Amino acid sequence: MLNIKKESNGTELTVALEGRLDTTTAPEFENEIKESLSDVKELVLDLSNLEYISSAGLRVLLSTQKKMNTQGSMVVRNAREEVKEIFEVTGFADILTLE
Amino acid sequence: MSMRELDIEAKTENLDQVLAFVDEELEKYECGMKTQMQIDIAVEEIFVNIAHYAYNPAVGKATIRIEVTDDTVSLTFIDNGIPYDPLAKEDPDITLSAEERQIGGLGIFMVKKSMDDVKYEYKDGSNILTFSKDLA
Repeated sequence: MLNIKKESNGTELTVALEGRLDTTTAPEFENEIKESLSDVKELVLDLSNLEYISSAGLRVLLSTQKKMNTQGSMVVRNAREEVKEIFEVTGFADILTLE
Repeated sequence: MSMRELDIEAKTENLDQVLAFVDEELEKYECGMKTQMQIDIAVEEIFVNIAHYAYNPAVGKATIRIEVTDDTVSLTFIDNGIPYDPLAKEDPDITLSAEERQIGGLGIFMVKKSMDDVKYEYKDGSNILTFSKDLA
C-alpha cells in the first residue's frame, strides 16, 4: 500500500509518500511522478511516512534523480532510520540529497 | 525450531502473500523492525526475480521455506525454472554518480549485503537459493 500526496507551489513540487515503495507500488509512483515533473525545478520527496523501500523503489528514485539533474534539483526529506540504512548500503546516500 | 513452507505461483501479484507468510513467522520471534525490513527486502528481491525470469513467459511454482532455530532465521527459495545463479551477477558499482549508475543488479546486491550466508545451488532440476539472518 502506498499513498502519494502532491503539493505544487509554482515550480516547486512536494511529494509525500506514505506506506511501502516496493515491486507492487513502485510503478504507480513512477507514473504519478512522470506525469507531474514537466515544469518542476525543485522536487522535494517527503519520506517521513515511508516504511519500506526495495530495489524497485530505489530504481524509481534513481530515474527521478537523473531526470531532475537535467532540469533542476531534488531533495529527499525526513527518511526514517531503516530507510536511510538502505540508502547507505546501496550507495544511494551519495546520489540523493538527504535532508 | 520451527519450519513452514509456502507453495505459490511465482508471479509478482503474489508478492504480498509471500511477505505476509514470512512476516507472520518473524513476528512470533519479535525480531526488530530493521531486521524484519531487511528480510522482507531480501524475500521480495528473490521472489520477484523468480517471478520475472524463472519460467518466463510461462508461470510456474515457487516454494518458500522459513526455518527458525535459536536466534537464526533461514529462508529457502526453490523453483524448477531455467537454471540461473543470481549470485554470479557482478555487484553494481555503488560509488558512481546518478548519471553513471545502472538500474539493474541492485536487488541481489542488497540481499548479499544485508543477509548472512547467501547460497545458490542447482540440484535435481531445481534452483535453490538460501540465506539466513541472525535475529539476536
